[in-house]
Amino acid sequence: MGLLSDPVRRRALARLVLRLNAPLCVLSYVAGIAWFLALVFPPLTQRTYMSENAMGSTMVEEQFAGGDRARAFARDFAAHRKKSGALPVAWLERTMRSVGLEVYTQSFSRKLPFPDETHERYMVSGTNVYGILRAPRAASTESLVLTVPCGSDSTNSQAVGLLLALAAHFRGQIYWAKDIVFLVTEHDLLGTEAWLEAYHDVNVTGMQSSPLQGRAGAIQAAVALELSSDVVTSLDVAVEGLNGQLPNLDLLNLFQTFCQKGGLLCTLQGKLQPEDWTSLDGPLQGLQTLLLMVLRQASGRPHGSHGLFLRYRVEALTLRGINSFRQYKYDLVAVGKVVSTQAPDRGWMALKLVALIYLALQLGCIALTNFSLGFLLATTMVPTAALAKPHGPRTLYAALLVLTSPAATLLGSLFLWRELQEAPLSLAEGWQLFLAALAQGVLEHHTYGALLFPLLSLGLYPCWLLFWNVLFWK
Amino acid sequence: MAAPLVLVLVVAVTVRAALFRSSLAEFISERVEVVSPLSSWKRVVEGLSLLDLGVSPYSGAVFHETPLIIYLFHFLIDYAELVFMITDALTAIALYFAIQDFNKVVFKKQKLLLELDQYAPDVAELIRTPMEMRYIPLKVALFYLLNPYTILSCVAKSTCAINNTLIAFFILTTIKGSAFLSAIFLALATYQSLYPLTLFVPGLLYLLQTRHINPNSAAAVHTCENEEQSLLDLFLGVCHDVCGKPSGNHLPLLLPSQLLGFHPRSLWLYINVFFYTIPLAIKLKEHPIFFMFIQIAVIAIFKSYPTVGDVALYMAFFPVWNHLYRFLRNIFVLTCIIIVCSLLFPVLWHLWIYAGSANSNFFYAITLTFNVGQILLISDYFYAFLRREYYLTHGLYLTAKDGTEAMLVLK
Repeated sequence: MGLLSDPVRRRALARLVLRLNAPLCVLSYVAGIAWFLALVFPPLTQRTYMSENAMGSTMVEEQFAGGDRARAFARDFAAHRKKSGALPVAWLERTMRSVGLEVYTQSFSRKLPFPDETHERYMVSGTNVYGILRAPRAASTESLVLTVPCGSDSTNSQAVGLLLALAAHFRGQIYWAKDIVFLVTEHDLLGTEAWLEAYHDVNVTGMQSSPLQGRAGAIQAAVALELSSDVVTSLDVAVEGLNGQLPNLDLLNLFQTFCQKGGLLCTLQGKLQPEDWTSLDGPLQGLQTLLLMVLRQASGRPHGSHGLFLRYRVEALTLRGINSFRQYKYDLVAVGKVVSTQAPDRGWMALKLVALIYLALQLGCIALTNFSLGFLLATTMVPTAALAKPHGPRTLYAALLVLTSPAATLLGSLFLWRELQEAPLSLAEGWQLFLAALAQGVLEHHTYGALLFPLLSLGLYPCWLLFWNVLFWK
Repeated sequence: MAAPLVLVLVVAVTVRAALFRSSLAEFISERVEVVSPLSSWKRVVEGLSLLDLGVSPYSGAVFHETPLIIYLFHFLIDYAELVFMITDALTAIALYFAIQDFNKVVFKKQKLLLELDQYAPDVAELIRTPMEMRYIPLKVALFYLLNPYTILSCVAKSTCAINNTLIAFFILTTIKGSAFLSAIFLALATYQSLYPLTLFVPGLLYLLQTRHINPNSAAAVHTCENEEQSLLDLFLGVCHDVCGKPSGNHLPLLLPSQLLGFHPRSLWLYINVFFYTIPLAIKLKEHPIFFMFIQIAVIAIFKSYPTVGDVALYMAFFPVWNHLYRFLRNIFVLTCIIIVCSLLFPVLWHLWIYAGSANSNFFYAITLTFNVGQILLISDYFYAFLRREYYLTHGLYLTAKDGTEAMLVLK
């Protein structure tokens, strides 16, 4: 059996590995990070390309002449909304019917586990309104969804206007083979989750909602629109979904291609594609985009209602119109804390071995489901975990361990995030954001089933505590 | 010894009852590692409902259990959870008494060989004492009852637990020496899935040896074998006639098995279970219970729809061979492989089915790795056993011709 049974060769190999232990550790750590960051450099990056021709756009004509109509609808919607305070359901029903759609409504309600400071809500109840445009010459087996999430903080009236104008325009296209669902949800993500659960007849998050009266076939793709201003200078595409899931890359490339054809600026993470790769600026910008994407994906938050569609195997994107004179407010990643200790009764080496195996297993499983989160946690936790031992400069190691704990990683990523977006935080602001992020993490676990909070508090935090125990072994 | 056993049983039943009442029961009974198409509880319920409607339960290729299972659950369907908890308890009790008797036999045999001077002079540290063997039966019961694999199988109500009980009773009756009863239990176990037939050989060897008959004597072997074989045939025939249906085992005609995708050539893999019987019988004819352990492990690895319940049965035997610990060489790596694979099973299943970012190759790679880990574990134990036997007869500190420390090489 070769290596497994030959004691001489085994001993030789074991001796070699033990002698080169420290250099091997450092080398693999550095090589891992360098290899990942090398994705920003030219030989490894690629221009936008289509990998599957079925998603191609060669046979489609792009024409839309309803701009004025969209603005009129948007003004009406904003006025009605300001008057009633909530979503103007009756007006939406009337307008959608006049445009020629089959209109249905769905009411939902949900009591959050504790009041949500960021969105200022506790007992949430609302109504979703959706209209179905049936394909005139096909059976309703497949459908596309165009959704506009309306929350209390972002009225998104321009997007509603655009949606209605598009519906009126699509009415004239008689050769399309899929049904199109135009969905307007209240309380943004909560409404979308209620609609999706009722559509697929599951109950994953404990939402109470009325059943849907009308359906349109299996959803193939979804696009969420968020436009808050009249003037749009660029379109930002958000791809990260719940728990770090991503849609099919071809969908993203499709939009990039359309934007290029139509002369519209399309940005990712708020940044344009770098044009010049020869000087240092190009790769640096690419690096910023990469890090922003890693941070966003690692948070596991759905950045737009498209994130909730991904769970049902529906490819989805969110398009945000950006008026570059406005600032964006982002909510950020969150971690909850649960303290639990375990300490076996043997030597510190055995404890460290168990802790390392546990950490490796956790990071492996996390990296398989959400690569960015795994990468981020590995970058911070692995070196200090490897260094933890009772001898040596204890205070230094302790400081390092605290700096790389899950909570400190969260704090650090918040500051890094803001730096990358060129809107740096002061210490007090950062701390406030950190606390808000913790609360958001717990809430999201309860409302959408996000995994970040349980993973970090029940999985990684006890692991970190094991290393702390190794460090302070008597 | 009864009190600790009762305590262990109480703890085991509590854990299972708690899990039955929790929301995890639903989730566990759908996991593909715990239930297979041959042992799933949903299919038993389906078969029983078909029977109630007057349709043959075997129409539709959903139900693959034996008619005996139908008869058993026809009356006990409302107490299904209790039935499965009782089967687990019965298995543990059977293993407890079996290993208790087996230890006595081992100790007697060791004393006999010591008196006959069959052992080398310097092997004192390898001789087993009654003191160290005192808690082994309890440990075996503990290993079986509190093994997460067993608990998962019980909560999922997989009929693999019933198969395990029958095999455990077969082992008990073989060690007690009753050929008739052991033939009955072996027939019942073989009736449910064909693979326990291979346990006929070690059972026969053990019975022959306990009757102090030389296994090489052809005539004696023949009579004993005839006795067992005829009992087996008789029982299988009776089952066949009474129930009017063929035995429930189906070689792969269904969905892709967990081990490999369905392919006609993979039929040879399932026959693998039977290939190992003869070579093992030749090598391990002096040690039929170890042979039985290896054979059960081979069944668990190579059967057509392996589940973790089969793994749990042979894992229960590890305390019996804990004197081999010093000869096991890869135990750390193998434990890590088994643990990592068990944890990656649900992760990769989730990625394949729900997240859509992996595909079946990932999942099957993990099942293959798990099986490779099991194979290495069994061969490690086998090697350790043979090494100990060699040391017992040839001395612990071997020297080569020129006086340096010799190395043992397996040829």
